[in-house]
Amino acid sequence: MKTELLMGNEAIALGAIRAGVNVVCGYPGTPSTEVLETIAKRRDSDIYVEWSVNEKVAMEVAAGASYTGARALVTMKQVGLNVASDPLMSLAYIGVKGGMVVLVADDPGPISSQTEQDTRHFARFAHLPVFDPSTPEEAYTMIGEAFDLSEKYGTPVIFRPTTQVCHACASVEIDDKRYVNKIEGFVKDSKWVIFPKLSYQNHLKINALEEKISKDFAKSSYNQITGSGSKGVVASGISYTFVKEALLGAAAKVKVLKLATPHPFPDELALEFLEGLDEVLVAEELDPVIEENLLRLCGKAGLKVKITGKLTGDMPVAGKHSYEVVAAALEKTLGLQSAIAVSPGEAPPLPVRPPVLCAGCPHRASFYSVKQALKQTKYKAVFTGDIGCYTLGNAQPLDMVDTCLCMGAGITIAQGLKIAEPNSKHIAFIGDSTFFHTGIPGIINAVYNENDITVIILDNSTTAMTGHQPHPGTGKTMMGNITEKISIEKVLKGCNVGYVVKANPLKLAEAVNAVAKAVDYKGVSAVIFESPCIALFKGSDIQEVKENCVGCQTCICELGCPAMSIQGGKVTIDQNLCNGCKLCVQVCPVQAIGGHEA
Amino acid sequence: MKIDCLLAGVGGQGTVLASKIIAQTAMSKQVFARSSETIGMAQRGGSVVSHVRIGSRDCSPAIPNGMADLIIGFEPAEAVRNIGILKPAGKLIINTNPVIPVTASLGGASYHVEDILKYLKNSAHEAIFVDGQKLVAAAGTAKALNVIMLGVAIKKGLLPFSREDILKTIADKLPSKFVALNSKALEVGYNFADYK
Repeated sequence: MKTELLMGNEAIALGAIRAGVNVVCGYPGTPSTEVLETIAKRRDSDIYVEWSVNEKVAMEVAAGASYTGARALVTMKQVGLNVASDPLMSLAYIGVKGGMVVLVADDPGPISSQTEQDTRHFARFAHLPVFDPSTPEEAYTMIGEAFDLSEKYGTPVIFRPTTQVCHACASVEIDDKRYVNKIEGFVKDSKWVIFPKLSYQNHLKINALEEKISKDFAKSSYNQITGSGSKGVVASGISYTFVKEALLGAAAKVKVLKLATPHPFPDELALEFLEGLDEVLVAEELDPVIEENLLRLCGKAGLKVKITGKLTGDMPVAGKHSYEVVAAALEKTLGLQSAIAVSPGEAPPLPVRPPVLCAGCPHRASFYSVKQALKQTKYKAVFTGDIGCYTLGNAQPLDMVDTCLCMGAGITIAQGLKIAEPNSKHIAFIGDSTFFHTGIPGIINAVYNENDITVIILDNSTTAMTGHQPHPGTGKTMMGNITEKISIEKVLKGCNVGYVVKANPLKLAEAVNAVAKAVDYKGVSAVIFESPCIALFKGSDIQEVKENCVGCQTCICELGCPAMSIQGGKVTIDQNLCNGCKLCVQVCPVQAIGGHEA
Repeated sequence: MKIDCLLAGVGGQGTVLASKIIAQTAMSKQVFARSSETIGMAQRGGSVVSHVRIGSRDCSPAIPNGMADLIIGFEPAEAVRNIGILKPAGKLIINTNPVIPVTASLGGASYHVEDILKYLKNSAHEAIFVDGQKLVAAAGTAKALNVIMLGVAIKKGLLPFSREDILKTIADKLPSKFVALNSKALEVGYNFADYK
């Protein structure tokens, strides 16, 4: 035993290693990414780890491994499960052999996501058990419990932490022992082939299994009843830690149910908790899953207990929970005073600080050159964006992202726009990792159906937004192997894209010219802008503003680079932030920006 | 030992590393630690905060409003944004050099650093102003502002650790190529004389 400071995701990773995981697959996505990364970093050589091209692929690779008896873990963020929902729904019917855990990190807030969807609904929808940890130290052992449950009943198990658990750190006691899972191998059997008749039979089975697991969960050590009184609180996930802290100083008697297994709902335990209570507040992030279950139970058992929470307007229906949110609800509904009121004086106006593309980011140059090229042509144009750092291209002054929906949708939305609005140009932006994730089917669809769009591929040789993971175009695997790079250019040409050109976005004239030609082409065309992410390759040619600056501010107003600001009425370049991309040098009308030597 | 400390800054200023060093140092003294960070899209030059909570297993990972013993502000406006979390008797260490967002230069809200610093001075029981730019020059790298600020906190007795405790964490937990740089930065912060 030793104690380590671990982030929730790191604790889950080490817990999975301890539980004898053999195969780990996933696709990066905040707040889930560090689970797979930590396993890759800390694994023994017999654990296989891969970044798959997307979540559906990852789920299926993990399922295949599990069919042999291997313990498999697949990791993704909540929207990733939408992509992987097809295999998940069927896998719930077919079942698994080796323990298979589907780690899906939800993102209340959202901090870095398109939706605030609640994966506990998916668990219920797919008839699968789900665990919901409150702290990193709890998650460390709970993931092992999830593997055991999966193997015991031959069912995939969902493990659902939320952002504030994934990204919180805590002192965690680490076990040196590791469970060794023997892999039997795949045994041929008709049970692995899904057919309507089998599906009917298995539907009955999985419903029966839910009842069994509900009883198991009622006895789980991760669910606890503490305290006493006629008022109660049910809390799950991070909200439990807020309830616990708020009640530290409270004098009133309260009965608390900490609930870590929201589905199948542990009815027996909940009934024991409800016994003798008049009123219960439910503290859970995202949707009222526990709250609805309590209402169901009260109706079923004829209990007269008032259940308050999101459905009564006592808890917010959107956004992440905080101590303040939970403490205010405790005070309002149960009369428990715990919040400390502090009212600082009125603050002076503060500058807004939205996230921006980094100084020197090649995406800025790509967006700018497309903007310039389209200005020259005088066409009306719509710019469809996609998911990644480059979604930030929507901000002023670039203003080059008119739509953003989900992974891979930029290319396909552009096609729909073109069909219904044929006289405009439709330009889709997509990053390299997103291209491999779900971009390619859209390209094939456009070529096959004779659409006329231009696709701009922003190839920065990494999955930048989530912290620089390798992908098929990088020639590196998560196991550290060097593999043949999959050429985006060859993929496009192999899909019969009629016009494909590569360009360096940091060479403005060349870049604008490449875009102008591609946009002119009738049919599907593509520009691959190749320039590495600045977090991977530090520039050295740092720029500064020279004395002949006339103060026109063209650089700032055109580019919005965060290394530039106006200080004392003059444009200045922060020497620590500048990465030497020299886009500003090419935009300056009076050649007033240059390197130190110049 | 029970301390709640908030670090506020801008993505790229190193708040995450500073909070990890504090938490790791507590753990090296067998004290329980929790922390939480901003990770994801906001890291791209946006506002970031790290919470570090030492000495209580029963607390949540985020410091409630009005409960922080200490705020280490890497940037004046970001310190103001989080001032409500400070205890009435809480203390504040603040880098006085603003990071002016490009949006301010594009005609968004303007940035009046003098008003902001004045407000900070009046908001904390004790506010220590640090000329980060000057100390960064002394340390030889702008990347070390985070550890310089820790050096100031130690010298002022605002964290329950000695200089040696932090140096040990730096030596034990950071990649070897960054140890000398950060050890020097800690010294620069530690030897800092008050700036009025």
